[in-house]
Amino acid sequence: MSDDAFISGLAPIAAAKPVSIDTPLRRIVRGFFEDRLAVFGLAIFIAIVLVAIFAPLIAPQNPYDLAQLDVLDGGLPPGSASMSGGGIYYLGTDEQGRDMLSAILYGLRISLLVATVSLAFAIVIGVTAGTTAAYFGGKVDSLIMRVVDLQLSFPAILIALILLALWGRGVDKVIIALVIVQWAYYARTVRSSAIVEARKDYIEAAHCLALSHSRIMFHHLLPNCLPPLIVVATVQIAQAIALEATLSFLGAGVPITEPSLGLLIANGYNYLLSGRYWVSLFPGVALVVTIVAINLVGDRLRDVFNPRLQK
Amino acid sequence: MTALLSIKDLRTYFFTDDGVVKAVDGVSFSLARGQILGLVGESGSGKSVTGFSLLGLVDPPGRVVGGSIRFDGKDLLTGGEPALRALRGKRIAMIFQDPMMTLNPVLRIDTQMIETVLAHDNVSRTEALKRARDALVMVGISSPDERLQSYPHQFSGGMRQRVAIAIAMLHKPDLIIADEPTTALDVTIQAQILAEVQKLCAETGTALIWITHDLAIVSGLADRLAVMYAGRVVEEGETARVIERPLHPYTKGLIASVPQGKTRGARLQQISGMPPSLRNLPKGCAFRPRCSRADEACLEEPALEEKLPDRKTRCFHPWSLDDARDTRRQAPSKDGMAETTT
Amino acid sequence: MIVYILRRIGQSLVALAAMAILVFIGVYAIGNPVDILINPEANQAEIAATTARLGLDKPLWEQFARFVAHLFQGDLGTSFVYGRPATEIILQRLPATMELALTALVLSLVIGVPLGVYAGLKPDSIGGRSVMAASILGFSLPNFWQGLLMILIFAVLLGWLPAGGRGETVELLGIRVSFLTVDGLRHMILPALNLALFKMSLVIRLTRANTREVCLQEYIKFARAKGLSSTRIVLVHILKNIMIPVVTILGLELGSMIAFAIVTETVFAWPGMGKLLIDSINLLDRPVIVAYLMLTVVIIVTINLIVDLLYSALDPRVRLSQVKS
Ligand SMILES: Nc1ncnc2c1ncn2[C@@H]1O[C@H](COP(=O)(O)OP(=O)(O)OP(=O)(O)O)[C@@H](O)[C@H]1O
Ligand code: SF4
Ligand SMILES: [Mg+2]
Repeated sequence: MSDDAFISGLAPIAAAKPVSIDTPLRRIVRGFFEDRLAVFGLAIFIAIVLVAIFAPLIAPQNPYDLAQLDVLDGGLPPGSASMSGGGIYYLGTDEQGRDMLSAILYGLRISLLVATVSLAFAIVIGVTAGTTAAYFGGKVDSLIMRVVDLQLSFPAILIALILLALWGRGVDKVIIALVIVQWAYYARTVRSSAIVEARKDYIEAAHCLALSHSRIMFHHLLPNCLPPLIVVATVQIAQAIALEATLSFLGAGVPITEPSLGLLIANGYNYLLSGRYWVSLFPGVALVVTIVAINLVGDRLRDVFNPRLQK
Repeated sequence: MTALLSIKDLRTYFFTDDGVVKAVDGVSFSLARGQILGLVGESGSGKSVTGFSLLGLVDPPGRVVGGSIRFDGKDLLTGGEPALRALRGKRIAMIFQDPMMTLNPVLRIDTQMIETVLAHDNVSRTEALKRARDALVMVGISSPDERLQSYPHQFSGGMRQRVAIAIAMLHKPDLIIADEPTTALDVTIQAQILAEVQKLCAETGTALIWITHDLAIVSGLADRLAVMYAGRVVEEGETARVIERPLHPYTKGLIASVPQGKTRGARLQQISGMPPSLRNLPKGCAFRPRCSRADEACLEEPALEEKLPDRKTRCFHPWSLDDARDTRRQAPSKDGMAETTT
Repeated sequence: MIVYILRRIGQSLVALAAMAILVFIGVYAIGNPVDILINPEANQAEIAATTARLGLDKPLWEQFARFVAHLFQGDLGTSFVYGRPATEIILQRLPATMELALTALVLSLVIGVPLGVYAGLKPDSIGGRSVMAASILGFSLPNFWQGLLMILIFAVLLGWLPAGGRGETVELLGIRVSFLTVDGLRHMILPALNLALFKMSLVIRLTRANTREVCLQEYIKFARAKGLSSTRIVLVHILKNIMIPVVTILGLELGSMIAFAIVTETVFAWPGMGKLLIDSINLLDRPVIVAYLMLTVVIIVTINLIVDLLYSALDPRVRLSQVKS
């Protein structure tokens, strides 16, 4: 900053600014790892993903194999030993004697699955719509952005809930609902940064080379919109997890046969008032830790990607 | 004549994450009542920070770390915030560089003026409003009643700067610090504002510190000049004498780079080299890498000394003093001065 | 200005029309309206009768005309469960939801703005950092989970406050409200706080960011150079600048408050229209669901319209740019 100020003034502008040897990517990665809290968040998140992927190998029992459940062990508080000598329930059991730790691990799988699959589809649709709007401008742009604005003026939870109310429960339906409520965020993000890029010289140059529309859009325009896209995607994946949990908690999300964390919490809710807090509390803790970890990463990414905040 | 303001060896540093920026590192000058001082220096030389230090408006990570500021016999650095606040706007006012930014965009002009009156004087709102109106008239704003009800964005840049000047004049202060108040304006407006401020100060007996990087502007305006380089005052004295016989090589370079009315088409000299980075100053005299007169002695830090009567400079080998002795040094253009044509 | 108002109203009408068409498509064109609008327990004759009455045997465009006509009359079908018009049932529950949402809105402003300003003025202090950390939590934790924790702590463990229900209500201008009775207030604290927390975090972040931004502005330095007290600078110069965006954004969030009330009302058994919606979903009472949707859409579009107009009336800069354009 101040170096620029020095160059003006009385001195002739002789020397060009030294070119930094740092690539932007290196700078961002380094910037990210400077923040211990964000690194911590990232580590936790990676651990959670691994645990979710390998849940069947790690979990003490398959919570949905009824043969493995022991009704005698129903409603045990955390740390109790199994009545039939099958080990210790570190996080207690629910009414049917289901080990909560295992249920949480399997629940995480479903929560993350729904969130990531919907994220992927929403990004593809949103990015396509956003780049198209920015690249073609004019009528195309205003049509797409009208739809985006209309959609964003209604709360995501409302739209998703109504859709699921009309369709019924189901993992696939939840995913579709999440895609529908999320694509618009990506479209808006990508459009606003692509529109800045589209006016720059190198895009003009690409036009002159008579490159095809899609080639310019996806090979030239899009890579330059990545930073804001990454930030929004991090925020949105946390939002997707929370939204899915909320929908399932309300009884409009995943079916009982494939319970996500939200549904586990809902099931435990009935026992909350009678003092069996653990059935609801621990799935909730898992949910919260996941979301907070992602948000820590997202917060830091926002800072390192934002040149305005850099000193 | 006792000085209204006397600054000695002021030091204001910014303690940033990347190291200490010595924005002001040895500023000394003094000013009598009603006098105009031109504070000149290139961008980043610490002029604004000097002004803010005077008012106690240096924000963290910046801090005044040394020196003394005596205003009307009182030490401003030891008085504490309440004393400073009582002084700000009342006895020392400041006008900023960019009039587009100095007025609060969501408050009406009358609000912004009345609050200034009420901050220091216990008068009724009607009285405050009347004073605000008078001040606007004084700076030449027509239909003041209507203007008072407007928002800043309804004004042009020149008008806004007039409003800022009117606010500064509300309490008829003893001193106004004008931080490049005309750089953001059109040339014609610049001249008007300059003339007006000069007139107002003469009428009210207000002393003025006019901060600028443009020597041409102040040379016709100021009684005294203080030239800053890299956070230090390198030369101070009466304007006419400084212009006529600059002592410091930097001042000499500045004067050489001002286009002279008579010598149109003549070659303008510019000081070669880059302004130094405050984080990484050369050893000894800060001007050394750009100075044609530098020698080993300059590896020591020069002090601001009175080389001629009422002529201070911070240089081991000032010009003019040894002109007669050492003509060899009078042709510096080959290595020291780059030449450009206007 | 008039042009702007008219254009803005026009946009709102378009949004309403678009939503109406989408709902129509969702219910009549994609879904099977017989399933959605006729009680599953009805017998063959009833189905035929209702089909005829709703005109489900007519061509699609005629159905649409009928749907729109009914929409204007506020007729969105009859609840399967209650056997009364769906709109009537929802309107009955509206006051409870509005009371909750407005209280939450006020709470999030009254608590959020001072905390945000504080954190913005002292970003590096322990207090400022704690406020931000808390707001990140408030932002991240799903609403229903915060509600559960509140119940667990304040109702189950401490026993200070009731876990659900609306408590005693009194009539005010023909509407039953809770906030005028002690019992009602006790019932309202937890749900209102629960609904407020998310927006409060938003307000805190927004206020903090704006405060920091405004603090760096020259006009704040100029205000200090004028000798104003820091109280006046914060309360007038800073606050006035940040309140416009904060109130605007929060106003736009009132709509999402009503939507999020669905969650809070479910957790705290608050008898508003959000709880009605969830009950209707569980009972497959689809006319009520459709009616809820349409009503909420109308409310949200209206709120956004009002907030936008107010915003342009409040901010002198926006006012000017519209006069120019
Ligand atoms: N908040 C700050 N943090 C770090 N350094 C600062 C800060 N404010 C000013 N400085 C440094 O202090 C130096 C002097 O700044 P100052 O604004 O006084 O220059 P100036 O002489 O007024 O220049 P200009 O003509 O551009 O206004 C600059 O080099 C700048 O980098
Ligand atoms: S002290 Fe030396 S280097 Fe510095 S200005 Fe004087 S002659 Fe030049
Ligand atoms: Mg300056």
